[in-house]
Amino acid sequence: MISLSINGKSYSIETQEDMPLLWAIRDIIGLTGTKFGCGVAQCGACSILIDGTLTKSCSMPVSYGIGKQIFTIEGSSSNLEFLRKAWNDGNVPQCGYCQSGQLIAATSLLDKIEIPTDEDIDKAMSDNICRCGTYTRIRKAIHEAVELKNDAI
Amino acid sequence: MSNIQQINRRDFVKLFGLASSGIILGCTISSDKKEFVPQTDGKFTPNLFVQIQEDGNIILLASRSEMGQGIRTSLASAIADELEADWKYITVQQATGNAKYGNQNTDGSRSVRTLLEPMRKMGATAKAMLITAAAKKWNVEESVCKAENHFIINKNTSDTFFFGDLVVEASKVAMPAEETIKLKKVEDFKFIGKTLKSIDLKDFTHGTATYGIDVRIPNMKFAAIARCPVTFGTVKSFDSSDAEKTAGVEQVIALDRIVPPTGQFFGALGGVAVVANNTWSAFKGKLNLNIEWNYGDNHSFDTDKFKETLTARLQENGKVVPGSRGNVSAAFSNSEKIIEATYHVPFLVHAPMEVPNATAWFKGDKIEVWAPLQDPQTARAEIAHFFEIPLENVTVNVTFLGGGFGRKSKSDFVVEAVALSKKINAPVQVVWTREDDIKHSFYHATSAQYLKASFDKKGNVSGWLQRVGLPSITSSFKPISDYASGLELNQGFTNNPYDLDNFRLENVKAEAHVRIGWMRSVVHIHSGFGNNSFVDEMAFAAKKDPVQFHLDLIGKDRVTVGRSNHSFNSKRMKDVLKNTAKNAGWGKSLPENHGLGVAIHYSFYSYVATIVEVSVKDKKVKIENIWTTIDCGLVLNKDNVKNQLEGAAIFGMSLALFGKISAKDGAVEQHNFFDYQMTRMKDAPKIHIDIMDKMHEPPTGVGEPGVPVMAPAICNAIFNATGKRVRSLPLVDFGMV
Ligand code: FES
Ligand code: FES
Repeated sequence: MISLSINGKSYSIETQEDMPLLWAIRDIIGLTGTKFGCGVAQCGACSILIDGTLTKSCSMPVSYGIGKQIFTIEGSSSNLEFLRKAWNDGNVPQCGYCQSGQLIAATSLLDKIEIPTDEDIDKAMSDNICRCGTYTRIRKAIHEAVELKNDAI
Repeated sequence: MSNIQQINRRDFVKLFGLASSGIILGCTISSDKKEFVPQTDGKFTPNLFVQIQEDGNIILLASRSEMGQGIRTSLASAIADELEADWKYITVQQATGNAKYGNQNTDGSRSVRTLLEPMRKMGATAKAMLITAAAKKWNVEESVCKAENHFIINKNTSDTFFFGDLVVEASKVAMPAEETIKLKKVEDFKFIGKTLKSIDLKDFTHGTATYGIDVRIPNMKFAAIARCPVTFGTVKSFDSSDAEKTAGVEQVIALDRIVPPTGQFFGALGGVAVVANNTWSAFKGKLNLNIEWNYGDNHSFDTDKFKETLTARLQENGKVVPGSRGNVSAAFSNSEKIIEATYHVPFLVHAPMEVPNATAWFKGDKIEVWAPLQDPQTARAEIAHFFEIPLENVTVNVTFLGGGFGRKSKSDFVVEAVALSKKINAPVQVVWTREDDIKHSFYHATSAQYLKASFDKKGNVSGWLQRVGLPSITSSFKPISDYASGLELNQGFTNNPYDLDNFRLENVKAEAHVRIGWMRSVVHIHSGFGNNSFVDEMAFAAKKDPVQFHLDLIGKDRVTVGRSNHSFNSKRMKDVLKNTAKNAGWGKSLPENHGLGVAIHYSFYSYVATIVEVSVKDKKVKIENIWTTIDCGLVLNKDNVKNQLEGAAIFGMSLALFGKISAKDGAVEQHNFFDYQMTRMKDAPKIHIDIMDKMHEPPTGVGEPGVPVMAPAICNAIFNATGKRVRSLPLVDFGMV
């Protein structure tokens, strides 16, 4: 029995310890918002936060998550909500598939850097592939989220 | 043509299991002709529905797969506009793959083109019925009533009725005759042509949209399939003991190849399936298989050698293609100057972010499938055919698509899932790994083309010869299709936008050794690259400005009527080019090491011109800016068109910079995103999209036409910056990225 804490809720699951977190979260726990894109830490579709650190869940075993706080796209945080609003205002998604990972990566960026520059965005977001090509909108939406946040204060 | 009907309630409940109250309208849209795959001809009417419920909610049953084009939103906007609805009451439900919903194929940028008018008429019909009902209630003339923002208003008294409060009454009034339905004027559109947010945004930002890979059925299994590295190779023998020992693995099962009958369907490759109780165990079990293959006829396929073969064939005459005209040989012998060049595009793969996957449940006399499909109807017909189940007992549920780009219109992955479900007698989800997707696709064909042109004494272009060799998509449906088909050559080769008196197109033999399929903008990728690269070379040879040279070559204003009802209008082509040149500041002085490149292309009846600005430092190319103008006629949803063109620019960049599938000993060499690379955030340039205001023209393609211009515009910009011509893609092969 392995116990995981995801978005503040705890889950007890029966599984092999070497199963990547991605598949434990999707197939065993049933939270399918975190996506599979490559399985080899190349695309960011599977991005989650573990104790606040951006992590590619396809490449980390379940055992790594034990005793830590896991955060997925099904969760909510202040930065994520500002980003969601900006994503919505900017009509960012096309097929939408990569956007869970994009939003988690962007959340991690805003958690670390309050007002990111374009270079910060390039650095933080280049692990996430969007085959539909929504990059310019993502960039704009991240800036916009920062503005929304400042307006809210 | 459309033809609107009021729907019998009981039928509606039967069809959709939806509450049957309110106004229910259905209309019939005729299936448009589909290229390459024969149509299944279930003639059910009607096939598109809108329901207005008593609470005012309006549900549209959308017949198109969602794959990122915002189609659902666009179609709903057409109904809402004519109906004078309030956008917040509109929802869209996805139809299942069933002939009663009309042709559901989402290839070929056709959705908006074929569905706009029926959608508008449905909205207008419902509005007329609501007005009739309100007039009755008030006991006034209908002309006194008007619809506005989900209310019918009495113009004399300013009394109002909410739409929802009228539907019971309205559903009883006779439906107005189609001829009496008046559509709004373009100037009065409230939603059409405006910026509308995707109706699925909330799901996309919360991880709650259900893609194929997210489908969960009670007691379902998960499976991965090992397929022969060489296309159409078969299993000689296999040892599954290690795979079976893998935790979570339940069964290992051999699957035969399912060969499609000549001329239709996709079949399935076959291989060895590992069935498990979760995806990862299936993946891992697959890696633990020991399989010996019969590689078969394609074992010797080598893309480097194939490129040489094609290039050698370009030296000799090919088959002259209809559409050739004038006397090119005479033009060449009377010429002042001749230029020639050879261009290559490698094999490419779609690699949508969501890998191919399907969930199937073979229930004996019935089959149900859940999958991200661009063409659910072909999938349905194919399943009925291969598994010998009557069509009506096959249900195909279309999920959200995590990208398609043409890959998900081939239903091989669904056939695999059904075959496996039948064998294990349980619902099963087959998931392709990314490696499977890269190594076993229906590839966008490679091409080699040779171009030769002459200038006469006055410096005008007097002759144009183009030889093209590209493996045909037809080969996936008919063995031994060794030449590109007429339909394929009609994508920018026979019908380039230039006014040429002496033009000869020759078709050169090119066999297929992998499965060939269509990918976003299809053969236009080849014609766009060849034509625009060569015209740029001609402009340089003629010492003329490339934009002006294109304009001169397009020639005088003329309208060319083809077989479709969309004619080619050279003025519209020139207008998008002039507009792009203006937006890009063409002619301005550039920073050192920067260059501008231009390309134009006509595809899916839309006109596109693009200018790219690159900078080149230490031989590395960086795309700085992209300016694109499209004329796609009437625009349903402006922001969606913009989004599509931004995406097309990135897609086109990816293929120009990185796109290459190569094969040795018959096996594809690339594996995953580390060796089949994509444009990433750090490479993404500034993209400036402009849409011509052509609201009085019929709508034309939007999803694909932005792609073909990208590679040539980038290469022309590199030439402008460095003087180096890139005639063979991708740039990464030359150490330029
Ligand atoms: S699935 Fe984890 S990085 Fe691609
Ligand atoms: S929105 Fe489709 S992959 Fe990013």
